[in-house]
Amino acid sequence: MEVEGKVGTLDARIPPGPIEDKWNRHRFEMKLVNPANRRKYTVIVVGSGLAGAAGAASLGELGYNVECFTYHDSPRRAHSIAAQGGINAAKNYRNDGDSVFRLFYDTVKGGDFRAREANVYRLAELSLNIIDQCVAQGVPFAREYGGLLDNRSFGGAQVSRTFYARGQTGQQLLLGAYQALMRQAAAGTVRMHPRTEMLDLVVVDGRARGIVTRNLVTGAIESHVGDAVVLATGGYGNVFYLSTNAKASNATAIWRAHRRGAFFANPCYTQIHPTCIPVSGDYQSKLTLMSESLRNDGRVWVPKRAGDTRPPDQIPEDERDYYLERKYPSFGNLAPRDIASRAAKEVCDQGRGVGPGGRGVYLDFSDAIRRQGEDRIREKYGNLFDMYERITGENAYRVPMRIYPAVHYTMGGLWVDYDLMSTIPGLFVGGEANFSDHGANRLGASALMQGLADGYFILPATVPNFLAGVKPDGLAPDHPAFRAVEREVADRVKRLLSIQGSRSVDAFHRDLGRIMWDLCGMARNENGLRKALQEIPALREDFWKNVRVLEDDLGLNQSLEKAGRVADFLELAELLAIDALHRAESCGGHFREESQTEDGEARRDDERFSYVAAWEFTGDPGRPVLHKEPLVFEYVKPTVRSYK
Amino acid sequence: MNLTLHVWRQKSPADPGRFATYQARNISPHMSFLEMLDVVNEELIARGEAPIAFEHDCREGICGSCGFMINGVAHGPRRGTTVCQLHMRMFKDGDVLWIEPWRARAFPVIKDLVVDRSALDRIIQAGGYITAPTGSAPDANAVLVPKEDADRAFDAAACIGCGACVAACPNASAMLFTAAKVAHLGLLPQGQPERWDRVRGMVAAHDREGFGNCTNIGECEAVCPKEISIEVIARLNRDLIKASFRRPRPARAAAAV
Repeated sequence: MEVEGKVGTLDARIPPGPIEDKWNRHRFEMKLVNPANRRKYTVIVVGSGLAGAAGAASLGELGYNVECFTYHDSPRRAHSIAAQGGINAAKNYRNDGDSVFRLFYDTVKGGDFRAREANVYRLAELSLNIIDQCVAQGVPFAREYGGLLDNRSFGGAQVSRTFYARGQTGQQLLLGAYQALMRQAAAGTVRMHPRTEMLDLVVVDGRARGIVTRNLVTGAIESHVGDAVVLATGGYGNVFYLSTNAKASNATAIWRAHRRGAFFANPCYTQIHPTCIPVSGDYQSKLTLMSESLRNDGRVWVPKRAGDTRPPDQIPEDERDYYLERKYPSFGNLAPRDIASRAAKEVCDQGRGVGPGGRGVYLDFSDAIRRQGEDRIREKYGNLFDMYERITGENAYRVPMRIYPAVHYTMGGLWVDYDLMSTIPGLFVGGEANFSDHGANRLGASALMQGLADGYFILPATVPNFLAGVKPDGLAPDHPAFRAVEREVADRVKRLLSIQGSRSVDAFHRDLGRIMWDLCGMARNENGLRKALQEIPALREDFWKNVRVLEDDLGLNQSLEKAGRVADFLELAELLAIDALHRAESCGGHFREESQTEDGEARRDDERFSYVAAWEFTGDPGRPVLHKEPLVFEYVKPTVRSYK
Repeated sequence: MNLTLHVWRQKSPADPGRFATYQARNISPHMSFLEMLDVVNEELIARGEAPIAFEHDCREGICGSCGFMINGVAHGPRRGTTVCQLHMRMFKDGDVLWIEPWRARAFPVIKDLVVDRSALDRIIQAGGYITAPTGSAPDANAVLVPKEDADRAFDAAACIGCGACVAACPNASAMLFTAAKVAHLGLLPQGQPERWDRVRGMVAAHDREGFGNCTNIGECEAVCPKEISIEVIARLNRDLIKASFRRPRPARAAAAV
């Protein structure tokens, strides 16, 4: 299906000049706000993960008046905390041929040539500053005995450029940003609003001017006015119900902004991570990732023969298929995520999967333990092995881990220009919530890099540039536009409580997840997507007739919180499927069965699909309007992405 | 397997609260403890009763959201494990479990098993950071950190801020939490300039919030899901004594951004 899209409506406002100079030149050309005037501007930051906390703290340091919102009890709970493996930076401390250009190249190629070159180059440049910044904050990165920083390699790269703090890199980076944020909270430049959920965006005279929130403890619906709004609210992976995202991770903030006019870009680009602990039963509430870094030392295999149920130690070497090493000899077990995930699905579909249900493959450390000793492996991955043991009851030092792909990250998100501003003036989007840097597939250890690049360095430059062009006007929260949105939000809450149907919110969420995973998951085809596009609206209709949300809106009500989020997922899911159907090519995490080579590899179609698909909301979730931002590659010529 | 749960139910901060008894039926040993509660909650919703409110998010043992007492032990019977990572294979058919929220004056109950832990954020605000404004950092390898120091700093930095140490302490002290941050930053060269003001400020904030004093009982260390050693408290005490011989930073400088 080819959809006529509007071309020319979107201006990414990429600065002119050679790619190496764009950001520097742009920084000089951007307008500044006099230090004495900064406190007259209020910036609303929604979300306190890497992008949100780093952005709020940095804008606070500059002297702006920052209001930071999180639905958690503390900003330190944001899901960035769960990232395990590491963060990339083109430091070339290993002398192994790394450079800013190589990180840029790897990221554009890893994203299957569906990202904007200028943004990715800037990300690679800023990766250097991020590591410096984090070390200065006291992030305890792994060190060599000589006291220098240690590195490891990650999927999709042939250099060691990943910095890490055991298997808890995200935690340590987030705590660094959190501590910077707390310093600003103490200094009075940032005001924190914990346990406060953004339920809508307020647009006044075509500009984003604030948000309407619900206090999760008292139930109060409140308006907050700002001169700019930053959304750093994460991705929408929980549209699949089962994912590696935290349970509360949701798309409400970006979806509400989309409904108010922000275009949603590439929603079908979802990342399925190859190394997660397999599903163990119907009660499963979430999936747990085992860091990709494990593939540095673990070897992935399945039995050669379908239906081979022998325990792994009784399968001789020559009856094992180390399929990643076989199919992709130059990258082997470090093949990028999309490729490794599809390969796992393929061997399981052939009946060669292992473990209960046959949806699993082995990740085997026995060679690495023999070569390096158990202690060295424990030092590198001890906490991951412990976590595996707690969840499965198995000791991975003795028996191979069992892993299977799971939804992990969403490359799609709100469309933003080079300055990370959405199609609504004054609304900025950072981190996983935007679509900007990863194209159709994100490389490992790049999410932390992007969140922090947006938060520490890009937003603190581009938001002031916007503010310099507007005057603080003392808009009050009782402005009719705010009052109207407050009423809409309150009505929706009341409506959810008044349905009093027969099925719980989780029951609907599970149903939605099943539709999405079966019909819009690792492999997609036209028939399946058309079926999904019938089932999703039907489920949404049933939800609004049949959901059961108990208690009231006057206090903490976790079912009510979930209901609002699932209601939004039920709309976003439809857009995701529409986008997946329209993109009749395979690229990155989006694999269309109709578009593959003879040996089952993804076939991209640059002639028809080398563009960003940005969708405009029209009032009917089933009829969005497509806008196309053509992608131009001046530095990395699109080629068939081969890891063989 | 089937279990009997006595769960603390408290509708609001003002409500006195009480235990209610529920049966958890057909529980698989592969479920996590929170998945078992999900099953109980689904049954409650089906019966038209309010589900049990409890905090949780990542369910991977790292966000620090979850936590409550199971038979008087913070995070339950498995050492070094948050309740979200505690699996039902740790229990047996017929077990009777008493589930209640963290109990501490500084952690008021909001609802059922959910408590307000914002006091911990305020302790961090009182000095639990290194002043490193964005953009001012030297090259990451400019300062060497001996591996041993980095490793020990990491051990302390692993704290997830769940509050189990407070719940387990007979004095409801948050000293393990406070000392973990003092140790993390104090072990690194970057943390030296603010070392003495940090410890003074954080301990003062800790006391202001209504946490009790540490009397070296060691219950905190026993329940800490990240197995942070009580040695960090000894380190904090040494730093606090040394700090008392130094001139504090002038108040004006402390307030500056």
